[in-house]
Amino acid sequence: MATTTPRLRHTPRPARRPGTRSGPLTLRATRSTSRHKRRSATLTALTAIMLIYTLLPLAWLAINATKTQQGLFNSFGLWLDGDFALFGNIADTFTYNDGIFTRWLLNTLLYVVVGAGGATLLATLAGYGLAKFDFVGKRAVFATVIGAVAVPGTALAVPTFLMFSELGLTDTPWAIIIPSLISPFGLYLMWTFATDAVPKEILESARVDGAGEFRAFFSISMPMLAPGMVTVLLFNVVATWNNYFLPLIMLKDPDWYPLTLGLNSWNAQAATVGGDVVFNLVITGSLLTIVPLIAAFLLLQRYWQSGLAAGSVKG
Amino acid sequence: MAIARRRALLLGAAALSVALTATACGSSDSKDSGGAQPASAADLQAALDTGGSITVWAWEPTLQKVVTDFQAKYPKVTVKLVNAGTNKDEYTALQNAVKAGKGVPDLAQIEYYALPQFTLAKSVADLTAFGADQLNSSFTPGPWGSVHAGAKGVYGLPMDSGPMALFYNKEVFDKYKIAVPTTWDEYLAAAKKLHAADPKAYLASDTGDAGFATSMIWQAGGKPYTVDGTQVGVNFDEAGTKKFTAAWQQLVSGKLLSPVTAWSDAWYQGLGDGSIASLVTGAWMPGPLESGVKGGTGKWRVAPMPQWQSGAKVTAENGGSSLALTEASANKKLAYAFLQYATVDAGAQSRVDAGAFPATTKQLNSPAFLDKQDPYFGNQKINQVLAQSATQVAPGWSYLPFQVYANSVFNDTVGKAYVSGTTLDSGLKAWQEASLKYAKDQGFTVK
Amino acid sequence: MVAAVPEAGARPAARPSAPERRSWTGWQFVGPFMAVFALVFLAPIGYSIYLSLFRTRLIGGTSFVGADNYTEAFGDAQFWSSFGRVAAFLAVQVPIMLFLALLLALAIDSGRLYGSSFFRIAVFLPYAVPAVVATLMWGFMYGTRFGLVGNLNDAFGITLPDPLSPDLVLASIGNIVTWQFVGYNMLILYSALRTVNPALYEAAEIDGAGQLRIIRAIKLPALRGALIIATIFSIIGSFQLFNEPSILKNLAPNAITSDFTPNLYAFSLSFAGQQFNYAATIAIVMGVITMIIAYAVQLRGMRKEL
Repeated sequence: MATTTPRLRHTPRPARRPGTRSGPLTLRATRSTSRHKRRSATLTALTAIMLIYTLLPLAWLAINATKTQQGLFNSFGLWLDGDFALFGNIADTFTYNDGIFTRWLLNTLLYVVVGAGGATLLATLAGYGLAKFDFVGKRAVFATVIGAVAVPGTALAVPTFLMFSELGLTDTPWAIIIPSLISPFGLYLMWTFATDAVPKEILESARVDGAGEFRAFFSISMPMLAPGMVTVLLFNVVATWNNYFLPLIMLKDPDWYPLTLGLNSWNAQAATVGGDVVFNLVITGSLLTIVPLIAAFLLLQRYWQSGLAAGSVKG
Repeated sequence: MAIARRRALLLGAAALSVALTATACGSSDSKDSGGAQPASAADLQAALDTGGSITVWAWEPTLQKVVTDFQAKYPKVTVKLVNAGTNKDEYTALQNAVKAGKGVPDLAQIEYYALPQFTLAKSVADLTAFGADQLNSSFTPGPWGSVHAGAKGVYGLPMDSGPMALFYNKEVFDKYKIAVPTTWDEYLAAAKKLHAADPKAYLASDTGDAGFATSMIWQAGGKPYTVDGTQVGVNFDEAGTKKFTAAWQQLVSGKLLSPVTAWSDAWYQGLGDGSIASLVTGAWMPGPLESGVKGGTGKWRVAPMPQWQSGAKVTAENGGSSLALTEASANKKLAYAFLQYATVDAGAQSRVDAGAFPATTKQLNSPAFLDKQDPYFGNQKINQVLAQSATQVAPGWSYLPFQVYANSVFNDTVGKAYVSGTTLDSGLKAWQEASLKYAKDQGFTVK
Repeated sequence: MVAAVPEAGARPAARPSAPERRSWTGWQFVGPFMAVFALVFLAPIGYSIYLSLFRTRLIGGTSFVGADNYTEAFGDAQFWSSFGRVAAFLAVQVPIMLFLALLLALAIDSGRLYGSSFFRIAVFLPYAVPAVVATLMWGFMYGTRFGLVGNLNDAFGITLPDPLSPDLVLASIGNIVTWQFVGYNMLILYSALRTVNPALYEAAEIDGAGQLRIIRAIKLPALRGALIIATIFSIIGSFQLFNEPSILKNLAPNAITSDFTPNLYAFSLSFAGQQFNYAATIAIVMGVITMIIAYAVQLRGMRKEL
C-alpha cells in the first residue's frame, strides 16, 4: 500500500500531514508555503468546468429555497422568483409541525456526535492496533471486514432489524448509533496512517519508561494521529448525517428521526390524502441540512491546516 | 403458519445467541392466547373507564384531532399516535414488527388493497367478536366490502373512501370548447381534441399506476382476481379488462398521456398550469388539489366518472384506508373502543371536518356535507357528485392476498407499455404471470 | 484474504513500523471495533446464511430447503440480468469517475490553481447532499417538461432525448453517482498526494523534470495504493447500487424495474415480497462475487507494483 518512492528518512518524527500514508519527513516546510508556483488561469478555467457540474444542482437548491410553494411551480428553476421568500421559508421550516425540525436537527447532532465520534475513535484504536501490534488473527481482521462490507446491506436489513428488535434496540437512538460506529474505510485509513505516523522508537522509549500501552496511545500516539483522525471524522460525519436507509428500517417514532428521514416524510406528505404539500419546506430544510456540513468541513479543514502548521513549526 | 414462522425465528436466534432465544421465547406464547374474545358495549365502556395506553400507527393527519378529543373525553386513556411511514413504508414496518413479535401497534392504518395481505397472515384481528359485523349500515358499500378483505370476518373499520369521479380544469375545457365527457368514448375524443389544439396540454396523466388500472378494470365490471381462502386466480383475459385496455391503449399509443409521474412536483405543476387538464381519481382528491395546486383555485370542477355505456351509473373505489386492530395488541378492548370512536362515532365527523372523505353513511348523507360549497371549485357543491359516486360502486371486487407485492411489479410488466412498443394487454399478461408465479412460490393453490 | 491490502506495498526497505510483539495486546485496541462489527455485520450475515437455507411461505410456513435457494439464484434470469447491468455500470462509470477524481486531485495539488481550497470544498459538497434532496434536484435537471432538459429544448427548439427513458436511465444514474462521489474520491487521492515528500519534487525540479514527468514519476506511483483502495470501494459501491435507482424510480417507474440492480432486487424480494430467505441468498451470492472481484483487483494492483 505504501509507495515505492524512495524516501529520505533521517530522523523519525511524527508526520503532521493528513492523508492515508504520511511518511516521516525531513523537510518540514509544507509545500503550500515552500513551492511558489505560477498560478495558471487555463488550468483554473478547466477545473472550473468541473465546478459548474458539481455546483449547478446545488445552485438549483439555493435558488429554490427562496421560493414559495406557489413560486416553485411558476418560475424557471434556475432563476429567482418575483418574491424572495427565503427567510419566510426558514421561519416556516423551524415552526412547521410544532417545530419538529429542530428536534430532528438535534437528533441528527446526537447521532453524529456519538456515532461519527465513536466510529472515529474505534477506527483509530483498531487501525493503530493493526499497525503497531502483531497478534493472533490479525491477518483475518481486515479480510473479514472487507468481506462483510461486500454483502449488500439492504438485504441484511430485515435480519438486522429482527436481531435489534430482540435486543430491544429498535425505535431507540441506539439502533442508529451502534451501526454508525463501524467505518470500514475509516479503519483502513487509520491503519495505513498509523503505520507511518507513529514511529516505533517513540513507542519503545515509552515502554522503557514503563508506560502502559493505553497510556502511550492516548498521551503519545493520539496527537500524532490527529490529522488522520480528522479526515476519518469528516467522512464519518457526512455518512452519519446522511444516513437514511437504516433509520428508515429501525425507527418508527418521528421524535427520533434524523433530518433525512424527517425531510423524506415531509416530501411523502405530497402523496398523502389530507397531507400538506410542502415542497418549499423540503427544499429549504435540505439547504439548512447541508449548511452545518459545510460549516463542519470548513472547521475541520482549518484544523487540518493548523495540524500541518504545527508540524512545520516543531520541525 | 404463524407458529411455524416463529419457530424459524427461534431457531435463527438460537443460532446467534442464547440470550436472544430467551427473549424470543418470551414473546412467542402471547399470540395464541391473544385471540379476540367477544366483547359487549359494556365491556368496551369498562375498558375506557379503566384506562390504559394504546399505540396507533397512521399517516393520516386528520387523526391527530381525533386523538386529542378522545383523550379529553376519556382522560384515563393515552393514545400514542405514530406516523410510522406512508403506506408501503408502514406495511414494511408492520410486517417487520409482527415478525419480530415486538413493537407491534394496537391499531394500524392499512389501505384497502393491502388489507387482505395482513388478514391472510393473521396479523390483524377479526372484529366480529366486538360486534363490528353489525355496522354494515354505518358504512358505504365500497369500503364496507373492502374491510371483509376477501374473507368472512371484518378485519378493519373504514377510515375514508375513494369513490371515483372526474376532476377537470374548467378553464382549459372552456378555452378549447371541450364538453365534459360522460362516457369513455367522449373522453378519448376530448383527449385527442385537447392535445391537437395545444401540443403541450394533455387531458390525462398516467405513467402506469397499479391502483388506477385495477380501479378502471373494477369500474368496467372486470373481476380478474378470484380469491377463495388459499386458492387464487389471476386472469386479465376477460371482458372488463379488455374494455379498459381497448380504450386506454389508444391514449398510450397516441401519446395522449402526460408523461409526468403522479405526485411528483412536476405533476403538481402540470395540474396548476393547465397542461394536465383532468384526473379520474378518488374522492379524496380535493385535499391534495387545494394544498398542492393553489394556482388552480376557482378553475377546477368535479363531474361524474365517465361511463362505459352511455347513461350507466357505475363507479369504482380508488384508494382509501381502513384502521385495523392487530392480533398482537395486548389491550384489544380499549383499542377497539378507540377504533369505533375514530371511525364511526365523533371521530368520523371531526375527520370529515378536517377534509377526509367519509366512508360513513351518516356523514355522507348529512345536508351540511352535501351542501358545502367549495370556493376552490368555484363554489360547486362537489360532495353531491362524490357522495353519489359512493353509492354506485360496482360490487364484488376483490384484491389479491398479496396485492402489495403484485403492485410492486406492475411497472416492471405493464409499465413497459408506457415506454416501449408493447401493449397494455401483453403487459397485463406478464403481470398475471408474475403474480401467479409469486402465488405458487408462496404456497397458494393456483386456479 | 484482502488482509494484505495495507501491507501490499510495504516498502522494500526495512519496515520501520513492523509489528512489535506478537501478543494479545493488539486485540485490546482492535477488540472494541471488532465487537461492534460482529454485532452489526457478522451476526446479521450469519443469520442471513442461516435464513438462506430455509424457505418461508405465506401458506405452509417455513421449511428447510438446503441449497435450493442457491440453485434457484444461479438459474434466476432476473438476478443475472440485474448483475449484468451493474457490471456494465462498473466497467464504464468507475473508470470515468476515478479518472475525473484523479485529474481534480492533481490539479488541486499542483499549486497552480487560483482558489484551490475553494475548489476542494466545492467539489466535495455533492457528497454531503442527502438522497431525498438529490432526487428533487436531479428530477428537475432531467425533467423534459418543466426541468432543465425541457427548458433547453424550448430555448433551442431541439428535442434532447429523455434522460429517464429506459435506454438512457443507466447513464443518468451513472451521472448522479459520478456527481456525488467524484469529490469524495478526489479527497482520498488528494490526501495521498499530500504525503509525498516535498524533497522529491525539489530534487526533480533541480534535475529539470517537467510537470508531466513529475506526475508520471512521482505522483502516480504515490497514488497507486490509494487508487487500488478507491477502486475496491467503488466496485463494492457499484455492485451495491441502490439509493440512486430506488429514488429515481419515483420519477421513472417503468424504466427502472424492481429488479434493476441486484440490491434493488433483493430489497423488493425482501420488503414487497416478504421473501427474506431468497433475498438473503441473493445478498450472500453478491457478497461472494464482490469479494472475488475485489481480491482480483488487489492482486493485479500488487503485481504492477512489484
